[in-house]
Amino acid sequence: MKVNDLILQTVTKVVAFIILIFSIYLFWTGHYTPGGGFVGGLMASSALVLMLLAFDVKTIKNVIPFDYKMIIATGLFIAVATGLGSFVFDVPFLTHTFGHPHLPGLGEVSLATASLFDLGVYLVVVGVTMTIIQTIGESE
Amino acid sequence: MNNLVILPLIIPLITGIILMFLKDHVRFQRIVSVLSFIINIGLSFMLVQNVYEHGIQTHELGNWPAPFGIVLVADLLASMLVLTANIVSFCCVLFAFRSIGSGRENFSFYAFVQFLITGVIGAFLTGDIFNLFVFFEVMLMSSYVLIVLGGTKIQLRESIKYILVNVISSALFVIAVGYLYSVTGTLNMADLSVKIKEVGQPGILTVIAILFLVVFGLKGAIFPLYFWLPSSYQAPPSAVTALFGALLTKVGVYSIFRTFTLLFYHDQPFTHTLIGYMALLTIVIGCIGAIAYSDIKQILIYNIVIAVGVILYGVTIATPEGLTGSIYYLLHDMVIKGTLFLLAGAVIVVTGTSDMKQMGGLIKRHPLLGWMFFVATIALAGIPPLSGFIGKLLLLRSGLETENYTFVAILLISSLAVLYSVMKIFMNCFWREPKLSAEQEKGSTKGLLYPSALLLVLSIFMGVGAEWIYPYVADAAKTLADPSIYIHSVLKE
Repeated sequence: MKVNDLILQTVTKVVAFIILIFSIYLFWTGHYTPGGGFVGGLMASSALVLMLLAFDVKTIKNVIPFDYKMIIATGLFIAVATGLGSFVFDVPFLTHTFGHPHLPGLGEVSLATASLFDLGVYLVVVGVTMTIIQTIGESE
Repeated sequence: MNNLVILPLIIPLITGIILMFLKDHVRFQRIVSVLSFIINIGLSFMLVQNVYEHGIQTHELGNWPAPFGIVLVADLLASMLVLTANIVSFCCVLFAFRSIGSGRENFSFYAFVQFLITGVIGAFLTGDIFNLFVFFEVMLMSSYVLIVLGGTKIQLRESIKYILVNVISSALFVIAVGYLYSVTGTLNMADLSVKIKEVGQPGILTVIAILFLVVFGLKGAIFPLYFWLPSSYQAPPSAVTALFGALLTKVGVYSIFRTFTLLFYHDQPFTHTLIGYMALLTIVIGCIGAIAYSDIKQILIYNIVIAVGVILYGVTIATPEGLTGSIYYLLHDMVIKGTLFLLAGAVIVVTGTSDMKQMGGLIKRHPLLGWMFFVATIALAGIPPLSGFIGKLLLLRSGLETENYTFVAILLISSLAVLYSVMKIFMNCFWREPKLSAEQEKGSTKGLLYPSALLLVLSIFMGVGAEWIYPYVADAAKTLADPSIYIHSVLKE
């Protein structure tokens, strides 16, 4: 029997983007409001899981051709590298700094190196969740 | 700030990440692992030397001062354990090159070894009790993977037990830290020590101390919490068992040392007496197990239990000499357990079984393996020129000084039982009529013997060169016996 899930697929195409944007919002505002890398990463992977539910594993692999294990490694590397960056400035490991540069178009923004560390967390969470779900989904 | 303190911790972490990127290139994985171990051994050696010359080194992560941020503390005990752990795991990885098989190598075996080392070294170096928990988890999660990697039936069964026990003990650890935090309001070990001293360890803190003893006892396999260890360590391949036997239980023992010499030392008649009895029973149980089995791996596993008991008793003899003996025995035991498990691994490769009754006469075709095993066994039992002797001698002497005659008697009898149990392996496997002809042997020892030879040389050096090592160990014991040295160098008061 052929299942017709047109409604699910159409809604997913719209909703997945909203969830992804929300996850990026959570990631960026984590410094001042609730949110951050962990919950942002979980939210992003929930968008990917929704797409997995609406379509199938193969299609998603074609659309998003990432090896999620490499994403874990990249995230870990970014997190450790931000820590190591402090060695260059002769301060202890994981010392973070911040500034309020004036960016064209955005005005004055506050940028902290802690968000680079958070980016690492974000990538690791996305990578781990998707690796778990894909591996369980594929095994017979 | 001193980067030398944190580099031994970061290098295995970075190596692990690089190995994740190289997951399809086994050759590169091996080269990167070896290079990182060599660099790390050099750095830890420099760290030991630095601490010995300039006193305790600290590294305040994120530039936050001590009680507020996480601080890494390298005193002599921690840095010597880091050095030993690095050397032993280096040899285990060298052994794994020839024995682990491509099935495991292709699934990130070396990366997980690096993460395991990260956890072990982090647990040795940290000066924060919750950070200790985090590093315990880093170490345990890698050990879960290493114990199950390969997916044979026995590994699957034993990993379920192992994970169950460790998840429960980790939950207890969190609860204990929660209690401690609500009573004292701090997590930094030096600050905790000050706060506990101020209130003089009332009943509630003694309860928390016992909770910590249960937690670390579960990790370090002391009586009556050792029940998971014999079957779990039986499951993984020899290289992994050697790594576990040499490192994992010792982290639990180290944590007991740290907590009961730095934090909970005000109610010694209760806590330390309890630890003493548990240590004695641990030795007895270990001896019974080591004598009872006729399986090589089981005998060696019960020898781990015996050694944990012997080392642990040093906490009860809180004199500097007793602690010196314990630390010496701890370092010796990490090295010699690594050696013995690797040699037993080579025997298992040759015969294809770990049952003593099915082998014999190995010395005819493998004389080097045989005599190395012989030297390792007498080093384990504590025959004078070798490394096991000094630790036990110091323990015996301070046991007699503090009139712990039961301990002295049990230690001496246990040495005999240890010698009997490993000599039984030697006589049954290497003497007698050969059971297997050259064609029937399941594998060759090619490339398997030099990692254990490396460790054996180190063990002999620790015995013969005791003059060089003793001052370091005695200094480490001095720091343990006097918590104020630790507190001053961390809190900088």
